[in-house]
Amino acid sequence: MIKHLRSAADLDADTATLILDTAAEMAALAGREVKKLPTLRGRTVVNLFYEDSTRTRISFEAAAKRLSADVINFSAKGSSVSKGESLKDTALTLQAMGADAVVIRHPASGAPHRLASWVDGSVINAGDGTHEHPTQALLDAYTMRSRLGRIDGLKVAIVGDVLHSRVARSNVLLLTTLGAQVTLVGPPTLIPIDVAAALSPGTKVSYDLDSVLPATDVVMMLRVQTERMQDSYFPSAREYSRRYGLDAPRMRKLPEHAIVMHPGPMNRGMEIAPEVADSSRSTIVEQVANGVSARMAVLYLLLGGKA
Amino acid sequence: MAYPRADTGSPTGSRATGAATGTKIILSGSDLQRVVDRIAHQILEKTSGATGTVLLGIPTRGVPLARRLASRIHAFEGIDIPVGALDITLYRDDLRLHATRALGKTDIPGDGLDGRRVILVDDVLFSGRTVRAALDALSDVGRPSSVQLAVLVDRGHRELPIRADYVGKNIPTALAEKVKVSLAETDDGVDEVKLYGGAA
Repeated sequence: MIKHLRSAADLDADTATLILDTAAEMAALAGREVKKLPTLRGRTVVNLFYEDSTRTRISFEAAAKRLSADVINFSAKGSSVSKGESLKDTALTLQAMGADAVVIRHPASGAPHRLASWVDGSVINAGDGTHEHPTQALLDAYTMRSRLGRIDGLKVAIVGDVLHSRVARSNVLLLTTLGAQVTLVGPPTLIPIDVAAALSPGTKVSYDLDSVLPATDVVMMLRVQTERMQDSYFPSAREYSRRYGLDAPRMRKLPEHAIVMHPGPMNRGMEIAPEVADSSRSTIVEQVANGVSARMAVLYLLLGGKA
Repeated sequence: MAYPRADTGSPTGSRATGAATGTKIILSGSDLQRVVDRIAHQILEKTSGATGTVLLGIPTRGVPLARRLASRIHAFEGIDIPVGALDITLYRDDLRLHATRALGKTDIPGDGLDGRRVILVDDVLFSGRTVRAALDALSDVGRPSSVQLAVLVDRGHRELPIRADYVGKNIPTALAEKVKVSLAETDDGVDEVKLYGGAA
């Protein structure tokens, strides 16, 4: 098993499948009265969050606690970071406290890679800048597999702000490793040039959502990340929504079995219409529940064995 | 401390019989069938007809054994008793001593375990640590009215105060020897129990 999970590219097909299989066993726990396992008793997991997060932080916390690990939550706000402490010094502090794993979210792409060279424990990337978010890709893959029964051969459309999306990057890497066919859809300004070639050669790019939908098994809507946008990438929110938002008439173009995903948080009415987000095809709430199982699987496989 | 399981390790002894270091067949396919039949009868006898009983196999080979017991009980008395699987990997006390293990399947029968008699089924009883882990796992899943243990082979060398209620065969062994249980369901159609290795 690998030591760190910094990128979805760290995972080959066998390892990724092992994580998904393990997550399926972990998911059974959610239906039990005692939602707790003694597996990681005495291990310490630090949640090091330099960016705001609701579901990822809570999800990692729940996952670690269900495995009986001790959890230390660290958020940049209210810590010595606001006094100017560097990531390295914070890392050395955590190291001195004996963290067995550090779950890091950071606005700078590549922060988990640097961190891994400073601490002895495992490093898990919970989102770094516009780079990657591998556990999100794992929970998305898990959701697809549990809804549609397989990943190999699925046609997946990832729609919207690909440029700023770490979710998109990790998903392209993981899903192609597992045999899915990914198409990136969005306005040309929000799809980096040569992104497909850079990530994985089989990936397609389209600027026309309506033509992609009829042959799609999974459509994954991305949030338009206005907080990362310094330029205007599209004329208006209304125009974006008209061309790339998923509303009810567009959803009807999807095949009968197709599912609609969104990593959250959603801009309802922007990239996804409320009636789509709340429809039976939407897996958005399921994704949150699956997130805990997927993260339990990752924590167990990284920390459960001999260090 | 190792966590001895019958299905770990690879055979080192030769197939030649007679030699002290060779492989000895403890139960042949037909012996194994008779032993399973006997345990099924004993369960029926000891539990007054196996009412309110659930069989839980411990992966890997406890699971097909539990299924065989249930099908024999069905053949003898025409009753269906629920069969499931209980993976104990996440409850082991030696997780930190080995590389991470893949999980087995846990499958608790639909009606749950509360108030029922649970019979844990495993292939080999050795140190007792697997059963200890299984008891911990059970208490997180439900609250059985009682728990019993059925094993195909008891090879001794207990490290915990644990005993089986139903034993297929007691085999006196040296610590260095290994017991290998093969079942048709998991081992390419072969049913047998072998003893191999150990000092000359």
